[in-house]
Amino acid sequence: MEKASAIQLRAITKTFGSVVANRDVNLDIRYGEILSLLGENGSGKTTLMNMIAGIYYPDSGQIFVNGEEVAIRSPKDALNLKIGMIHQHFKLVDVFTAAENVALGLDEKGKFDIRTVAQKVREICQKYGFDIDPDQKVYNMTVSQKQTLEIIKVLYRGADILILDEPTAVLTLVEAGKLFRVLRNMRADGKAIVIITHKLNEVLDISDRVSILRHGEYIGTVETRDATELSLTEMMVGKKVSLNIDRPRAEKIEKKLSVEHLTVTDRNGIKLLDDVNFEAFGGEILGIAGISGCGQKQLLEAIAGLQLADEGSSIMFFPEDGGEKQLLGKTPRQIREFGVALSFVPEDRLGMGLVGSMGMAENMMLKDYDRGHSFFTERKRPRQLAEQIKAELEVVTPGIQTPVRRLSGGNVQKVLVGREIAAHPTVLMTAYAVRGLDINTSYTIYHLLNEQKMKGVAVIFVGEDLDVLLELSDRILVLCGGKITGIVDGRSATKEQVGMMMTGQNPVLGGNA
Amino acid sequence: MSTQSVHVEREPLVRMVKRDGISNQKAWLIRGISLGSALVVCALLIFMLTKLNPLKVYSSMFEGALGTPRRTWVTLRDTMMLLCISIGLAPAFKMRFWNIGAEGQVLIGGVATAACMIYLGGKVPTPVLFLVMVLASTLSGAVWGLVPAIFKAKWNTNETLFTLMMNYVAIQITSYCVALWENPFGSNSVGIIHPNTEWGWFPKIFGQQYLLNVIIVMGLTVAMYVYLKYTKHGYEISVVGESENTARYAGISVRKVILRTMAISSGICGLAGFIAVSGASHTISVNTADGRGFTAIIVAWLSKFNAVVMVLFSFLLVFLDKGAVEIASKYGLNEYASEIIEGIILFFILGSEFFINYRLIFRHAGKKDKKEVA
Repeated sequence: MEKASAIQLRAITKTFGSVVANRDVNLDIRYGEILSLLGENGSGKTTLMNMIAGIYYPDSGQIFVNGEEVAIRSPKDALNLKIGMIHQHFKLVDVFTAAENVALGLDEKGKFDIRTVAQKVREICQKYGFDIDPDQKVYNMTVSQKQTLEIIKVLYRGADILILDEPTAVLTLVEAGKLFRVLRNMRADGKAIVIITHKLNEVLDISDRVSILRHGEYIGTVETRDATELSLTEMMVGKKVSLNIDRPRAEKIEKKLSVEHLTVTDRNGIKLLDDVNFEAFGGEILGIAGISGCGQKQLLEAIAGLQLADEGSSIMFFPEDGGEKQLLGKTPRQIREFGVALSFVPEDRLGMGLVGSMGMAENMMLKDYDRGHSFFTERKRPRQLAEQIKAELEVVTPGIQTPVRRLSGGNVQKVLVGREIAAHPTVLMTAYAVRGLDINTSYTIYHLLNEQKMKGVAVIFVGEDLDVLLELSDRILVLCGGKITGIVDGRSATKEQVGMMMTGQNPVLGGNA
Repeated sequence: MSTQSVHVEREPLVRMVKRDGISNQKAWLIRGISLGSALVVCALLIFMLTKLNPLKVYSSMFEGALGTPRRTWVTLRDTMMLLCISIGLAPAFKMRFWNIGAEGQVLIGGVATAACMIYLGGKVPTPVLFLVMVLASTLSGAVWGLVPAIFKAKWNTNETLFTLMMNYVAIQITSYCVALWENPFGSNSVGIIHPNTEWGWFPKIFGQQYLLNVIIVMGLTVAMYVYLKYTKHGYEISVVGESENTARYAGISVRKVILRTMAISSGICGLAGFIAVSGASHTISVNTADGRGFTAIIVAWLSKFNAVVMVLFSFLLVFLDKGAVEIASKYGLNEYASEIIEGIILFFILGSEFFINYRLIFRHAGKKDKKEVA
């Protein structure tokens, strides 16, 4: 039997200037059901949901809620229609408690009493199995708790239709599992739920139906039980794809980096990295696995000359023509002047790797703007490089002078990776290179990394998806709490083995490392 | 929360949509229209409050600012003064270093200039005197800006408070110097320095007293525009302003850039003090900067730190100011009346930026309020 319809979208079109974000999109959202909205970066998923949530207003088309046509002019209208959206970026006041955040913006009649709010929050928590203390301050909360609070906020306002924009992007596996339990509870309670996500396994795991968008257009809806990762990807991308990551063997394996006794201590005396020893070879991808915050950032930044290390640490670079060079204690510029071609794709793309307000062209010269003796910057070379990267990596941008901040996540990453590879690196480090990227762009990036590896580059790939790490890496280094638990062969290691090592146990050595 | 029965069936009357980009031509058209509407609103207000003919009032404003060659030159002189300080602020602001201390930097540059005029005037050849004055004013201004910059670079102190407080130190030093150089004794002012010999005064060029001011400041404007836009230093300033992490990643020494940029910024403000003393007032007092160090902040923001656009806004502000003084005296209005006009015009100019960034869409006239449910 078909479930009752919550929201129907008919021929929704939305443009931003000359860019068409959604064209003639139809969508059905039903009560008691979880609908996944799937599509590549920039395919218009978030825009479409924002129109339901009252943030944007469609240029044309109709929205029906519970069978009646409505105009949703503001988030308040949406809430009146019992629609609530949980955005990717939380909108919480850090110094307020959970209950105070929930109370914020309520316009209930009668005397305001925070205790009644807190009581009601407790009831909601009980009903759906949330784990939140109404009196806890937001700044003391984990990311997962903050997200839970956002969900409570919309439930408190009586929402029956919930939209979650990439809720698992910021969660660990365990936290995501917890969220899914809650979502199932809410589905059982008869709520309509829409979830936007890139992760196909999650789509298959949680949803009842999947709707797919491509380039702003509605492609179709399938029942989850009839779908596979491959079939969904093909609908999303619009062509046959292969979901296998290559792992070619390079002919020449040469030692490029040797890290010895690397220890980093923070201001409070806590060791962020503790006696890390490893070697990286040209012609190999060294995967780095670990729960986030286990020293990955410090490790890469220490190599890049952005992180001071304790005495006794050493990072040796071995140039092509023999000899060795100590990188530690050098600034990025000194490393460059040293003749070491070190490329680094940092985790924070717009906050570290690129200048958001500048266009592609100006960003191209970020790391070598000081080339030559002229007082002036070069103009022609960065432009040519930008045009070249735009064409080769199919970067979608109105022009190379458009601020990169305005590009979608996948395109921002293409600009950054493109620049770092164009610098002809000897060592290429990437941190969470495919985070937030759709499957097509992710595979482009894997392909680029493999290409570099085959050229003899030493690639260091910090990742979070174990499946990808196991498919892509020649060797995997596992970090836990700043220490190396072990280094395993990527071709023979299993997911369970690496997963165990991430929690500090080394099944090969036995016992705790 | 039981407002479920509230049915929203109509499209909103007006909605705003962010523009994708706008042609320069259109942007200037919008700015022009808003300036026009500002004048119309002011005219209505003038008529309602004073029953004066607004056109006459406007023409008096024009008279006040540009009515005679003498007035035009004074307006130009003051424009250049304001522009010079704004140019000084540009690199610091572009780096997101909020230099609120231009007032003090101008004063201290002025004091240094006055000291040179008083102690060296007539004792060294004129070119040497000018060279010393330029160096002394620039360096003293730079020192005034470097102190907060060093603290910022080393200990990450708040530059806004620090530069602001440096203003008061500068004012006290100026008061002390005024007392020291008092002339004639008991007047509590320095008076015109070398009124007869004109030692250390800007020379007339083509018979124009203030032409040198214009030449120096316009030269600085062009230089600053090029410096920020086309040089490696300018690139570094943009990157540091956007994100210090990105700057470190790019291998830029953030400290060095902060110190260098603030030295340039406050050095130019010090030079503005030199122009104020040697090129305009030929005296020094605590009012030498006359709040321009703060007005320049408005100019810098309005022009989004673009040195060339600063010329326009400096002129506009000075023009309004001169015109306001004129109508205040001519029609016996107090100065608040003219400040209202200034306020309205600025409000409209700032408002035009909204229309340049956003587009308004009105409800389709033909659309039916309700359609049958499909």
